[in-house]
Amino acid sequence: MIRSEVLKNLIPIISDQLVVSNIGLPSQELHMLDDQPSNFYMLGTMGLASSIGLGLALAQSAKVIAIDGDGSILTNLGTLPTIANNTADNFILLIIDNGSYGSTGDQPTYAGRKTSLAKVAEACGCDHVVECSAEDTPAAVKAALDGENMTIIVSKCESGNVKVPVIDMDAPVIRDRFMREVARRNA
Amino acid sequence: MSKNQKIVTDLINNKIEFVTTVPCKQLAGLIDEIDSAKSIYHIPSNKEDEGMGLCAGAYMGGKRSAIIMQNTAIGVTINTLVTLIQFYNIPLPMLISYRGELGEPVACQVEMAVHTKALLAQLNIPTYHFHHPDDVNELDSILKYSFMSKKPVAILTDASFWQGA
Repeated sequence: MIRSEVLKNLIPIISDQLVVSNIGLPSQELHMLDDQPSNFYMLGTMGLASSIGLGLALAQSAKVIAIDGDGSILTNLGTLPTIANNTADNFILLIIDNGSYGSTGDQPTYAGRKTSLAKVAEACGCDHVVECSAEDTPAAVKAALDGENMTIIVSKCESGNVKVPVIDMDAPVIRDRFMREVARRNA
Repeated sequence: MSKNQKIVTDLINNKIEFVTTVPCKQLAGLIDEIDSAKSIYHIPSNKEDEGMGLCAGAYMGGKRSAIIMQNTAIGVTINTLVTLIQFYNIPLPMLISYRGELGEPVACQVEMAVHTKALLAQLNIPTYHFHHPDDVNELDSILKYSFMSKKPVAILTDASFWQGA
């Protein structure tokens, strides 16, 4: 199962939630499958989806899911100690780990070789780390949403992509629409 | 009131409740002051681009945010400033230790200092240089300007500013 299928299976569970999605194909796939104001598409800063998600979770009380990738976590590995040491129990970091840089042509990442991101997260001090198969990802995300703990989920899936259109919404529109939705949920 | 107390008071009066820091020797006292401010959530970051991501998220969550860092970070954060902070119209006051200016003991710091203002100008980031201790009195207006315009602003604070009475 590849990332786009994992995302498709997740839609019924995350559609209702605040979602920060990673640069490139993950944002484009989410936009194509389920565009709505509760999605923040991060279009230009590889590695920062987890940081934006954590900042958002710390600043307000609604649950936040950051959908990141293994390559992006490796780009901003410093994010894991920051997450571990600034607990936000309304925060879920979902790392779709397909062992490759999907948006740039499926070049292999180190997470697909010897490096275990679940073990790295645990070593950084993250208390609730779950590694699961692509097939079990919806159940893992649902369990984290039903729970009361900040959770890191590493979803191991296959490398590969489908064709998706780029997002042509203006960035301030994405941000403004998202902020209004966040404010509505915290009213 | 010390300069550090004045800066933190201005942050609080402008409803800034979320501050990320990457340390610099020149900023040690200010970072302590921020850490002890009850109305500010202080979140140290490991790298300045990560810190800007945290600030962008907090801002979207309804909390005004700011970053405190060294001028060397301009070299680290150009893509983030352009494709996150500016592209999405996110206000971000950046209180920056301007190393490599007069009084600098470390030659390597000068190498980034000579590019700092040129880079900020190239990025069209409103830039203020605090050299004299009284320059701190402009901080309140600069913070208001950043949130009004939804732009990043750079406040460069040099050694003369920090050492002056």
